[in-house]
Amino acid sequence: MLTISRDLQAKIIAHARRDHPDEACGVIAGPVGSDRPVRFIPMQNAERSPTFYRFDSHEQLKVWREMDDRDEEPVVIYHSHTATEAYPSRTDISYASEPQAHYVLVSTRDESETEFRSYRIVDGEVTEEPVKVTE
Amino acid sequence: MAIEVRIPTILRSYTGGAKSVQGSGATLDELLADLDARHGGLRDRLVEGENLRRFVNVYLNDEDVRFLGGLKTPVSDGDTVTVLPAVAGGAS
Repeated sequence: MLTISRDLQAKIIAHARRDHPDEACGVIAGPVGSDRPVRFIPMQNAERSPTFYRFDSHEQLKVWREMDDRDEEPVVIYHSHTATEAYPSRTDISYASEPQAHYVLVSTRDESETEFRSYRIVDGEVTEEPVKVTE
Repeated sequence: MAIEVRIPTILRSYTGGAKSVQGSGATLDELLADLDARHGGLRDRLVEGENLRRFVNVYLNDEDVRFLGGLKTPVSDGDTVTVLPAVAGGAS
């Protein structure tokens, strides 16, 4: 289960809407082992594409080092799909490499409704999980 | 000679859980071969054929080695090499 504050959920959705029709992507860091998303870190999509995303390698190093310095880890890794459903694609699954993270997928394919779903992706296996939004 | 190599979570099964290991070599290629001797299978996760795998980022200190010399990048005592799996994906 992903437990996330309404504020953080709103930030993810706003980022996805802002970058539409390109895919948006980012991280929410939290204390190591806490499973609690706390610190919102939107990332540049270095691909700037409507069908692919990639963290810029230097930006990723900076963010990962910062998390390490702060005893944090990526609790949520999010990205958006702009014309397809909020479900991990084959590419999403093959690149998922943070086994402790919740992979949040947002779809902005519909102008008025944003899909927001969360998954665990471990060893190539996708498991959808419920999202609990807290105030 | 000691070069620190920082290992991401997903590759720590090759290092007995260690976040960081030490190795030696004059180039990144030699360093990875040296590590592989003690942590068998690690090199194969990073290298395909003659090149670094596309979706693994390897940094020498603060620089992505793709912008330096790739596998031929010279490394020296006191350097830190960091490995991070790229974070990427797409609609299909």
